[in-house]
Amino acid sequence: MSIASPANHGSAWRERSIVPGFGISFGIIVTALSLIVLIPLAALVLKAASAGPADIWALASSPRVLGALRLSFGAALLAAFVNLVFGVLIAWVLVRYEFPGKRFIDAAVDLPFALPTAVAGIALAAIYAPNGWIGSLLAPLGIKIGYTPAGVLMALIFIGLPFVVRTVQPVLAEMEAELEEAAALLGASRWRTVWSVIVPPVLPAAMTGFVLAFARAVGEYGSVIFIAGNVPMVSEIAPLLIVIRLEQFDYAGAAVIGVLMLVLSFIIILALNLFQGALRRRLGHV
Amino acid sequence: MSVLLQIDNAARQFGSFAALKGVSLAIEPGELVALLGPSGSGKTTLLRLIAGLDFLDGGRIAFDGVDGNALSLRDRRIGMVFQSYALFRHLTVRDNVAFGLRARPRQERPPSAEIDRRVRDLLALVQLDGLEGRFPSELSGGQRQRVALARALAIEPRVLLLDEPFGALDAKVRKDLRAWLRDLHSRTGHTTVFVTHDQDEALELADRVAILHQGRLEQVGTPDAIYDHPATPFVCSFLGETNRLPVEVQGGQAWLDDQPVYAASTTNVIGPADLYVRPQHLKLDRPDVSPLAGVVEFVRRHGAIRRAEVAIRGLSKRLDVDIGGEIAPSHGERVGLRIQKAHLFAAA
Amino acid sequence: MSDASLAADALPVGRPTGHRTVARGESAVVRVVLIGVGLGFLALFLALPLAIVFLEAFARGWGAYRAGIADPDSLSAIQLTLLVAAITIPINVVVGIAGAWAVAKHEFRGKSVLVSLIDLPFSVSPVIAGLVYVLLFGAQGYLGPFLKSQGLQIIFALPGIVLATLFVTFPFIARELIPHMQALGNADEEAALTLGASPWRTFLMVTLPNIKWSLLYGVLLCNARAMGEFGAVAVVSGKIRGLTTTMPLHVEILYNEYMSVAAFAVASLLALLALVTLAAKTFLEWRYADEIVATRRH
Repeated sequence: MSIASPANHGSAWRERSIVPGFGISFGIIVTALSLIVLIPLAALVLKAASAGPADIWALASSPRVLGALRLSFGAALLAAFVNLVFGVLIAWVLVRYEFPGKRFIDAAVDLPFALPTAVAGIALAAIYAPNGWIGSLLAPLGIKIGYTPAGVLMALIFIGLPFVVRTVQPVLAEMEAELEEAAALLGASRWRTVWSVIVPPVLPAAMTGFVLAFARAVGEYGSVIFIAGNVPMVSEIAPLLIVIRLEQFDYAGAAVIGVLMLVLSFIIILALNLFQGALRRRLGHV
Repeated sequence: MSVLLQIDNAARQFGSFAALKGVSLAIEPGELVALLGPSGSGKTTLLRLIAGLDFLDGGRIAFDGVDGNALSLRDRRIGMVFQSYALFRHLTVRDNVAFGLRARPRQERPPSAEIDRRVRDLLALVQLDGLEGRFPSELSGGQRQRVALARALAIEPRVLLLDEPFGALDAKVRKDLRAWLRDLHSRTGHTTVFVTHDQDEALELADRVAILHQGRLEQVGTPDAIYDHPATPFVCSFLGETNRLPVEVQGGQAWLDDQPVYAASTTNVIGPADLYVRPQHLKLDRPDVSPLAGVVEFVRRHGAIRRAEVAIRGLSKRLDVDIGGEIAPSHGERVGLRIQKAHLFAAA
Repeated sequence: MSDASLAADALPVGRPTGHRTVARGESAVVRVVLIGVGLGFLALFLALPLAIVFLEAFARGWGAYRAGIADPDSLSAIQLTLLVAAITIPINVVVGIAGAWAVAKHEFRGKSVLVSLIDLPFSVSPVIAGLVYVLLFGAQGYLGPFLKSQGLQIIFALPGIVLATLFVTFPFIARELIPHMQALGNADEEAALTLGASPWRTFLMVTLPNIKWSLLYGVLLCNARAMGEFGAVAVVSGKIRGLTTTMPLHVEILYNEYMSVAAFAVASLLALLALVTLAAKTFLEWRYADEIVATRRH
């Protein structure tokens, strides 16, 4: 029997549904998305392109821009890695062990999501500046954190801290006790059980958290500028360069750096996601 | 008799999957009809099409002669009991049941005293008096199901639709609710269509059973008619346990290995065929007089009866034979089998 | 039919996970070390900065603290921050519900693209979020001359601050609602519609009560970000004292002018906001865990 489809697929791209309101809700979200996000971002690309290839290249290859990009991306990756290690550890401790104040600490992990970045920034500066709470203790030892790239790293660790914890926690919590019990009954040592039963499902989730922490850290501004010292070529981050260009009314230059940042971070996030996909397949996830 | 719900050639396609391939069915007022089939047979799709929750790709569904496409959901007046019940969790039992009445446009809405009275009557009907103030989360599964039913009945539906009404309940509750629903239907007389994958449920409850398989209607009829006279091999094997014997039909006899095992005089099947025999229609006989003989390999208890598994030479599957009052054969004993009743279908 | 038989099918009780059993334990030493390292890390990175904010704010006593906040510029910064939140949150609620409704309740091609685009602001630097509006509406921006001829000011004024805040908070509410509405499915809406309810009544009486806690959760996170946003707002505000400085910007100005106590005093208000947000969020997660299917990645 042949099936004619007259009424049903009224438009090819949308399934007809009895639930109303598609037109108006889709209209609102697309309009808002275009006005608030997409058109402004298009203006950014347009402005950057208006600079012309020669100027773009000159800017992109200038030592100061390169230094800032290297610092922003390098510190973000390093901070995300620190958060990967400690995030998995903290998630493990919060899921598996009982200790006083656990619920309170669990809630506190989200503080970096809730605390305004400027507040974090001045607090970190007050801690790690050479005359700060910890900085003054380290200064006699010749260790400087505030106003150096290490300060940038501290700020980026702070703002990225919750991501890995929050992606790994549910995976650990939902893991079936039977899996570990089966491994133990089959004679595996505790470490072998951890390695072969717990790590495979946790790793992809931890990677997801890593990517999120990295994406957040790359563009971070508020918490960094107070503690970085902002020395060109040393502790100056890429978003700050954009602000400086804007203050000099060099719109095109600011736009070029902005587009460079976006393109670089999308390439890195894409690569990390591909790696994570490969990891999932390797570890037998669907 | 008049037709309340007329389904003509209903078809529905999901991407490349044809969920319904042209199903026609007429339902009369007051009938209790079961849509029976395995999962993926299209029964829920058909129910949702009747309800107006999904759209036909072909064919037509009409209510009292009016095309469903011309009716809004409100005008269709369908009382639907969802498989998950879809009770509004933030509303009490009372407000759930009253929802459809309060949702009417002002000029059609009954006064609130009248709504209260109808809700009370309905809750009494489904035996939930006293639970008006509860929230769905405070009810058992069976109670939730009855709230969903009362809510659907409140709008005085033209047709009551039930999607796997007993699916989410445990075995004991299912049995109780089944009898209760049958009783309720005979008292209220609502035209009812329900979906189930459970043959016993369909056969016990329904006035007529429509069997769906791979998007097609295989057979529709009273429980007795479809059970005793299955139209297709699928219906025969879906409605109960069967043994399948590959036979050759020649001269009014079905032959297995040159032995005439069943008189096939009333059929027009000729040549290779499949003979479907239910375990209760195989009777033990003396091996020397029976054309069908084999060795008993197992005897097991099967609920109220015992069942023997008999290996027949030339057949890869053992035959299931129900043993009633007679003395059970012992393991390894050679027995003959007599086929009392069977269904013959040309080999696929 | 007896109700005793109906009461039997209660909710299934799952086996608790995440608990230590014989086969799942580490030795006490390993446990103590792991807990110690984890808590030490959190103390250094979370507790210490938070404590410092209040220690510095009260470094010269209650009087200095109050003076820092009671300063007219501080008060106007507080006012502006509240105003910006009061404008952006209702917009985000409407847009977020619309986005979640379109995505979670309907099937259409390109849906995953739309979801990615809604999430896009999460992976754009706040500074760029501000920059794009300067490029559009700034004095030398694409629409700058036109706006000037009309006597309209967006950059270095309230509209710019609102736009930049909208950009960075755009995904928050939709992100909370989409997974929740997808988990709920369409059955409740279908039930309401077959019972004869109008679309608007279905939304108000059925959908909205179902999603209210995850909506509130989204609003909470959205509000925290809207009041605390720094980078995006810094770029578009022009930092005109008493006029276009929000609380975070005011903190920066005070800090750069070496008015440490005042800076930390205003910062402590924002820290309090963060603590209240965390407490409310934790309460919602605890009380309405089933009704918040959030992804929690902000």
